[in-house]
Amino acid sequence: MASVDFVDVRKSFGAHAVIKGVNVHIDDGEFVILVGPSGCGKSTLLRMLAGLEHISGGEIRIGERAVNDVPPKDRDIAMVFQNYALYPHMSVADNMAFSLTLKGASKSEIETKVKPAAEILGLSHLLDRYPRQLSGGQRQRVAMGRAIVRDPQVFLFDEPLSNLDAKLRVSMRTEIKNLHQRLTTTTVYVTHDQIEAMTMADKIVVMQDGRIEQIGAPLELYDRPNNLFVAGFIGSPAMNMLHGRLDPADGQRFVTGDGIVLPLAPGHRGTPGTDLVYGARPEAIHLGGPIPMEVIVIEPTGFESQVLGRIGASNVTCVFRERLSVKPGERIDVSIDPAAVHLFDAGTGVRL
Amino acid sequence: MSVSAAPPPRATRASRGSFFERLSQSRNGLGLLFMLPAAVFLLCFLTYPLGLGAWLGFTDTMIGRPGVFIGLENYEYLFRDRVFWLSVFNTLFYTAIASILKFALGLWLAIILNENLPFKTFFRAVILLPWVVPTVLSALAFWWIYDSQFSIISWVLMQAGLISAPINFLGDPWNARLSVIAANVWRGIPFVAISLLAGLQTIPASLHEAAALDGATSWQRFRRITLPLLTPIIAVVMTFSVLFTFTDFQLIYVLTKGGPVNATHLMATLSFQRGIPGGALGEGAAIAVAMVPFLLAAILFSFFGLQRRKWQQGGSD
Ligand SMILES: Nc1ncnc2c1ncn2[C@@H]1O[C@H](COP(=O)(O)OP(=O)(O)O)[C@@H](O)[C@H]1O
Ligand SMILES: [Mg+2]
Repeated sequence: MASVDFVDVRKSFGAHAVIKGVNVHIDDGEFVILVGPSGCGKSTLLRMLAGLEHISGGEIRIGERAVNDVPPKDRDIAMVFQNYALYPHMSVADNMAFSLTLKGASKSEIETKVKPAAEILGLSHLLDRYPRQLSGGQRQRVAMGRAIVRDPQVFLFDEPLSNLDAKLRVSMRTEIKNLHQRLTTTTVYVTHDQIEAMTMADKIVVMQDGRIEQIGAPLELYDRPNNLFVAGFIGSPAMNMLHGRLDPADGQRFVTGDGIVLPLAPGHRGTPGTDLVYGARPEAIHLGGPIPMEVIVIEPTGFESQVLGRIGASNVTCVFRERLSVKPGERIDVSIDPAAVHLFDAGTGVRL
Repeated sequence: MSVSAAPPPRATRASRGSFFERLSQSRNGLGLLFMLPAAVFLLCFLTYPLGLGAWLGFTDTMIGRPGVFIGLENYEYLFRDRVFWLSVFNTLFYTAIASILKFALGLWLAIILNENLPFKTFFRAVILLPWVVPTVLSALAFWWIYDSQFSIISWVLMQAGLISAPINFLGDPWNARLSVIAANVWRGIPFVAISLLAGLQTIPASLHEAAALDGATSWQRFRRITLPLLTPIIAVVMTFSVLFTFTDFQLIYVLTKGGPVNATHLMATLSFQRGIPGGALGEGAAIAVAMVPFLLAAILFSFFGLQRRKWQQGGSD
């Protein structure tokens, strides 16, 4: 096991810059998730760590060792690919034992390593099968088994769950997390799915367009997003964002573009006279209060009700614990918890 | 099968409908009907000449004189014929050496062309040239290259001071054998290289990446990933290559006509020489028929080589 450092890492394909200076420190044994929209450079960053892409600038360190010029086979890293990349001409057992076979390990040594790994993953009865004869979920496990057998310094996962159906994805999520708690190997995991990131990570790295937007623990990102991008990316349903300014009279309230007045906590850091964005998560909006809202759609899930409504001209999503008996088109009154409000500068997108 | 005919709603309907109506409902009937043109074509142009050739082998037909059935006499004669056995040896030697060389060089070229080299498409097109040039034309070119006085190879070697007299490429038995093999290899490489290149491109890059992360050197990746995944294609390509080489005729006929002293006579060229210029149609046909067991053996070999391997079976993607 080892720590991992990215120091001002850059990557361009020809003239096209894809990674534009990334700095991350990953502690030994940490489970870090790189998350961001498709095409933001997550896979590229991961592949640079694995040694599958050349590093155009900066330095990547595994432990104390700079690995910029170390070929993949010498980096002691195991990777689970999105398409699993199982060797189709080898049985499950041979797939898992491949790295050991290459090193010339003895049969008994291979067995003592493959067997426990297969047991952990529930693959013991499949060891003689070929990849073609397995289901998607089983293939996914074999790919993980192949990584576990290696007992590497770092595990890499590149969207390992995106080829699975929704239900399997949820259970594999738990399983991977559980596995990490058991093995405590440093893990770097790439996904575009913020729910995966929130549920599994010790630390999340939010990326956009080759840059890091914010690094932090899941709830840290949720409670204190650094900017509008992170605020909108983390959390589902997404944070409501209303544009407007501070009330010019006293500066203690927020007035939307169409004149709706919204509450702010005392001591907020908004600057009078500039365009601001008022961010409120769906669960910060409660039933009953001074703000009128027109109901557009109600989606009861049993446990809670998600309501899409309109405050002034802005669409707003709320989640209520109460059961509602209103119909679309009707008006309800809501309030917003001022302590849970986020203020952003509309021009720079930065949190105030 | 996704397209399976639904059973007719009532069993009685089929017997009542007209013949054509019943035919159009029947999978087998329709299948036979559609196969008919191809079958007739094959029968006329393939089976008939083949049958005729086999029959001729049992007769003493000469050009201009219809023969009579003489049983196995032709074969008994060939069995004692030293030239025939020499041609068998030549054919096997020619096929074995040329196929091995074509395979090794073709695979090597395919791997090079599969790398990211500059002007990749250009090289891929250029490599097809020997294949698209008509055989006779390239054979004529080789004829000049191997000329006993004007050979460019001899000239270059003499200029370099490596030899003092021109090499007698086609005049010496072993020189001639190796020379025709070289010409055949030159002509056959593109087919092997391009087919194997197509095969290489079906191997996902992620397998190589996974193997590299698992600690494989580039030789180990070739040996344990590329080669096993390429075997199905190799089996097809080499079967065809062996069949083409075994039945080769044009190159030999232009370059050496089987000489010197029959050293490069293949079974195909000997069969032609005995049958047409020599006039002994029956004997020529018998030599041609004698090729069949060898070809069948090659086909059987590839049949087992081509069987789906265990890892290719079961499941879907
Ligand atoms: N081999 C390549 N050549 C050129 N551009 C590439 C290559 N690989 C990735 N890119 C570009 O780099 C960007 C980031 O890709 P990637 O890291 O795969 O994104 P992500 O995994 O976050 O979806 C994309 O714009 C993609 O088009
Ligand atoms: Mg990706």
